[in-house]
Amino acid sequence: MMETLIYLAWTMAKILAIVLSVILVVAYLTYFERKVIGFMHSRIGPNRVGFLGFKLRGIGQPFADVLKLLTKEIIFPQKAHKFLFVIAPMITLATAFAAWAVIPFSEGLVLADINAGLIYVLAMTSLGVYGVIIAGWASNSKYALLGALRSAAQIISYEIAMGFALVGVLVAAGTLNLTGIVEGQQGGIFNWYFIPLFPLFIVYYISGVAETNRLPFDVAEGESEIVAGFHVEYSGAAFALFFLGEYANMILISALATIMFLGGWYSPIWGDSWLAQPSILWFIGKTAIFLYIYFWLRATLPRYRYDQIMRLGWKVFIPITIVWIMVAAVLKVYQIGPWF
Amino acid sequence: MTPELLQQVLFYLFGAIAIGSGMAVVSVKNTVYSALFLVLCFFNVAILWLLIEAEFLAIILVLVYVGAVMVLFLFVIMMLDVKKVTRSQLKSGYTKAALLIAAAMLVQLIMLFAYRLKSQLPADDLIRQGADYSNVTEIGRSIFIDYVYPFEIAAVILLVAIIAAIMLTIRKRPENKQIDASKQIHVNPADRLRMVSMDAEKGDGEES
Repeated sequence: MMETLIYLAWTMAKILAIVLSVILVVAYLTYFERKVIGFMHSRIGPNRVGFLGFKLRGIGQPFADVLKLLTKEIIFPQKAHKFLFVIAPMITLATAFAAWAVIPFSEGLVLADINAGLIYVLAMTSLGVYGVIIAGWASNSKYALLGALRSAAQIISYEIAMGFALVGVLVAAGTLNLTGIVEGQQGGIFNWYFIPLFPLFIVYYISGVAETNRLPFDVAEGESEIVAGFHVEYSGAAFALFFLGEYANMILISALATIMFLGGWYSPIWGDSWLAQPSILWFIGKTAIFLYIYFWLRATLPRYRYDQIMRLGWKVFIPITIVWIMVAAVLKVYQIGPWF
Repeated sequence: MTPELLQQVLFYLFGAIAIGSGMAVVSVKNTVYSALFLVLCFFNVAILWLLIEAEFLAIILVLVYVGAVMVLFLFVIMMLDVKKVTRSQLKSGYTKAALLIAAAMLVQLIMLFAYRLKSQLPADDLIRQGADYSNVTEIGRSIFIDYVYPFEIAAVILLVAIIAAIMLTIRKRPENKQIDASKQIHVNPADRLRMVSMDAEKGDGEES
């Protein structure tokens, strides 16, 4: 009995550690985003809010934003479906955090090392769309509904390409376990899966950007067309939950790209030097690269037109992935390179 | 509380929720709510599968039915904007067919119970596997080695059905203004744009 309790408490502590660090990273990701985009626009970005009277280049800005959002009033539209309206942001947040349960941060540093880890992540990320759809419908607003419909169509389309890209990784690694996938890429940068699976790597990342509704695929929010899309009626803390969910999903997509294509916690350098040691720092660094690319894309590309998004997903990405799965299978059969 | 008892309690709890939400699917009047109840039902069935250690099937159920099929359902329901079903609509039409199907399923269930009572079915003891047993591998083996031909044939039939469904429903309407993407990419600015050089005009100072 006592052991069970200790086990439960220990698991809760781990969950809390993961959730708190994700939230903290999200907070500073928004700051980083504004700084990066500010730099690309030749602006300064947030530079006022600091701590204890010191401005510190605006490092207190995320906390100011959070406090502002939490103290605002949550407005319910008169004809909204109350229950669904309240539960929608919770669904978004819960699914965004649930997927983190199987992410290995470093050797053995994982909450649940399950066999079907990859499928679990795919299932959890595909559930995120419910938050968007329910929010759009429950708000009882035409802009919100339009945003929800666009988002549903987009996520269904890109999930197929994303799933197929993951099948390629599956063929290469021969396991669904995320730790196993990383261990298959041991031994320097040339053993990472992004080399034999390069098209799948690109397709996966772009589909990931589309799945998280970020620019240039943010037609679900599209503020110049449908105000703010599915969350147009949300305010205060409910809006903050959507925001948190979206950014947690961005980090998740980046972390998964790191695990599956860039060798997770392994160093790009082979040999025995101190630089070649596997470490969580490599994992964090690689994830940060993908997060930076998110903002880079946002500052560079204009929004896709809706039919162009559909065409890209169905007519370009899905054929590429299908062809490359065949190529990966052939490589696997003939045991080519250090990868298979 | 022993693990077996806990498992029993969880089974009855989630089984009850699954049945309850299944009944709500057909009795709720708002179609969006009924789709959401179906999602809840799928989730609870997935949990029941987890309880018999079929974690791969449970996750696949959530991934395929909840993550893809039901999203599509909700998409269509919301787009069609079905109004609340009135009582008269509920009674008309499909009631007899529905009753027939329900009766057939009930008979099947009762037969199953009868077999069970006569102990013609295997006992319900779960064969426990070790912690390193991967049922993903087992399912992969049976699909791709033992039953490879039925599986591949089923896949081809499904593919043909998808293509047929698309071909049957596709219509080129005259008012469709879709742009051919390859035409759009191969546009040459020289074909559309004419650069004209003009001398700057000098106004005579009047307000236009």
